[in-house]
Amino acid sequence: MNGLAVGCIYGLVALGFVLIYKATELVNFAQGDLLMLGAFIAYMAVVLWGLDYWVGLVIAVLVMAVFGALLDAVILRRVIGQPQFAVVMLTIGLGAMFRTFASVTWGSEIYTLPTPFSAKVTTLGGVTISHEYVSIIVGTMILCAVLYTFFTHTRLGVAMQAASQNQLAAYYMGIPVKLIFSLIWAISAGVAAVAGILLAPVSLIDINIGFIGLKAFAAAVLGGFGSIPGALTGGIIIGLIELYSGAWLPEGFKDVSAYVVLLLMLAVRPQGLFGALGRKKV
Amino acid sequence: MRFFFKTDYVQDIRLFRDKVDTFWYALLGLAVIALPLVLIALEEDYFIGEITWVFIYGICGLSLMVLVGFTGLVSLGHAAFLGIGAYAHAYFIQHGVPFSGAIVLAIIITTLAGILVGLPALRMTGIYLAIATLAFAIIIQEVFSRWESVTHGFAGMPVEKATVLGFSFEDDTAFYYLCLFFLVLALWLTKNLLRSPTGRAWIAIRDSEIAAQSMGVNLALYKTMAFAYSAGLMGMAGALFAHKIAYLAPDIFTVILSIQLLLLVIVGGLGSLHGAIFGAIFVALLPPTIAILRDYLPEAISRQPGLEAGIFGLILVLVILFEPLGIYGRWMKIKLYFSMFPMYKRATFKRQKSYMKSERLR
Amino acid sequence: MTFFKADGLAINFGGIKAVDGVTFEVKKGEIFTIIGPNGAGKTTIFNLVSRIYEASEGKLVFEDRDITRTPPHQIAKLGIARTFQNIELFEHATLLQNLLLARHAHKKSGFFGELLFTPGVRKMELEHREAVEKVIDFLDIQQYRDTYIVNLPYGVRKVTELARALCTDPKLLLLDEPSSGLNVEETADMAFWIQDIKNLLGVTVLMVEHDMSLVSAVSDRVLALNYGRMLAQGTAQEVQTHPEVVRAYLGG
Repeated sequence: MNGLAVGCIYGLVALGFVLIYKATELVNFAQGDLLMLGAFIAYMAVVLWGLDYWVGLVIAVLVMAVFGALLDAVILRRVIGQPQFAVVMLTIGLGAMFRTFASVTWGSEIYTLPTPFSAKVTTLGGVTISHEYVSIIVGTMILCAVLYTFFTHTRLGVAMQAASQNQLAAYYMGIPVKLIFSLIWAISAGVAAVAGILLAPVSLIDINIGFIGLKAFAAAVLGGFGSIPGALTGGIIIGLIELYSGAWLPEGFKDVSAYVVLLLMLAVRPQGLFGALGRKKV
Repeated sequence: MRFFFKTDYVQDIRLFRDKVDTFWYALLGLAVIALPLVLIALEEDYFIGEITWVFIYGICGLSLMVLVGFTGLVSLGHAAFLGIGAYAHAYFIQHGVPFSGAIVLAIIITTLAGILVGLPALRMTGIYLAIATLAFAIIIQEVFSRWESVTHGFAGMPVEKATVLGFSFEDDTAFYYLCLFFLVLALWLTKNLLRSPTGRAWIAIRDSEIAAQSMGVNLALYKTMAFAYSAGLMGMAGALFAHKIAYLAPDIFTVILSIQLLLLVIVGGLGSLHGAIFGAIFVALLPPTIAILRDYLPEAISRQPGLEAGIFGLILVLVILFEPLGIYGRWMKIKLYFSMFPMYKRATFKRQKSYMKSERLR
Repeated sequence: MTFFKADGLAINFGGIKAVDGVTFEVKKGEIFTIIGPNGAGKTTIFNLVSRIYEASEGKLVFEDRDITRTPPHQIAKLGIARTFQNIELFEHATLLQNLLLARHAHKKSGFFGELLFTPGVRKMELEHREAVEKVIDFLDIQQYRDTYIVNLPYGVRKVTELARALCTDPKLLLLDEPSSGLNVEETADMAFWIQDIKNLLGVTVLMVEHDMSLVSAVSDRVLALNYGRMLAQGTAQEVQTHPEVVRAYLGG
């Protein structure tokens, strides 16, 4: 249960990477830091302003979505067409700036976000199930269902898919590619905020929770970088592996197990579980 | 404007382009050699140590420049190689191996580590490679903290001052010259490779793997070589780093350091040896500059421990947005401005509007 | 002696037979052209010969040696060079560096020699440079020597592709649509060069081309393909008037 829930968080962050990668071919190393910002905004709304948890969640998601769209419109749009590596470095730089911003605004203390699920348990047939973990799993499932419906059943979702397949062609077909990209960033940042809020009850909020993004990379690669179901599956696999390696292997292996799996995967099957390997045409 | 007349093929493979260039580089060399003496005379000895950092970072910069700037392979885990070099060197010194033996062993060990990482890396491109090296670096960092019999874990590992052939480099000025020597050596070796078939093969791989292959370049071999050479240089830098920092701990060689090293080559300017040095000056001298600036900032901001990382991030973002060729690119533009004066056209370096080019296929 | 032969060559891409049982022989010293509508599998044949693709069936023979399983980077060393239809130059390097890279197959220096730039390496470098300069003179591109490829116009890049292939000192030169994107004048230049390559340099040419005037002007023999299968083989005249070929181009 525990591993599954943590895996869901990895999966959600990985989902954020994959959405942006599929659409714009940028790899957003600041995804983890967006998660951190989302969690902090929810904390502000719930604890400092005394709002309801659900209102706080909506506010955090909306704020982060707008932030994501602005990020794309102001900064990332300018680097489209530049080498991928430059863009990766750009997002790393942005991530560092977000962390510094958070540490200036909220300090380096550790916060707890009170939620309706905190510290509640249900005993079911002798097994104790903590509500926090259930909330993560259910939340992930709902979010995935919503995203899936959006991408396959709405005009906008299909237009997004088109824009990610061929930018120029989509442009000529009258799809406002720039706007679409901003929207994708908004969705991705919103997903990050949800992940941050779901994570908050299990792991406390501090400026470094964004480093969970590194493990989410392992999840994204495991699933094949361009695959949305792959990202979730990869996340859950990583979560479970971490749990079991923590239980069975010597101390120290828990923290690196995700990366060992990642390296093995890349060495054996670089395209990931669900990915396909392409080749340049000459 | 200066014209270069070419009368001999040798001109294109010389270290320096012509007598004028040779003169300027000689002058620069003399200035760098004389600098500590001037600083001592001015009683600003503190800066000798800071400039030594420039030399060490310069070697790191060359290492990454070969890999990222010339071969087009991105590593987000080079701090691991630096760490391997540093720990290996410190370990051998502690076990009575003299300096020259220890540094050679450290270079060999990091080179082997580079080959080890390079081999699986051959099958990956772009972002996958970056993530794989990142994973490698995180695992190595864990090894540093757990392998206590060698690294002493979080207790840390003191490193004594360097002694080469009985001569002690305890003094900052002496160590300055030692690092300068290794930087010049690294520059010379790298420049040699770049003007030979190996360097050209690297550049070819960077620009088009398929064409390089069709022209007879063994991709696997040359990518591994780039990794191995880059790691070897990192090992050299690591040995000097160990002496300079005097106390090794696992939390020095973090992902943040790896990113800082990448920042170095980007800010300096990808694809040029000058860039590695410019970047090293920048990365080595920025923290002391920030330290000085802290006194002038409002207290709420200046007390933040994460301030440095944020400023690095901000500069990275600005450089990528406005000067993708880094300091070296700016330097070339300024040079051109003066050599063309007053005919310089702003549009000379204007970038074309570009659409997304897929890098999924390479 | 067999100079170059493809025997029953075939490759599948996910069930589609891009090349299906193609057999042809190129004789030493001739210009052999493959024509066919788009998607006929012409470039795929080139990619099979330069070993970028793995043949599913068939055999490739070059100078009596089976090269069906030779690693791709060994092909240049054997004496087969190629150009690319969509130009695959090393963009952020000068023209000179591009051509010098083509000497890679003739590299004799080892890593440590290069690290120290020994007199031996220096001598080799100068020899490479001389070989490259001959090609530069041959194709008349002296003025672009130190220009970065990104700054060159399309026509010159196309010539540079040719120059780079020639710098490998090939016995067999594969030209993938040498005239695509060139204007009439540049195409005429290209035709002269291809003939000179055969007559003056003695290099055998295997070419894929769409421009029938160029094909007729230079080709000794022509092979027509459609949907990966061979339609006709013979002189340019014979193939152009072959009923199957006419049908492939005009439909019906």
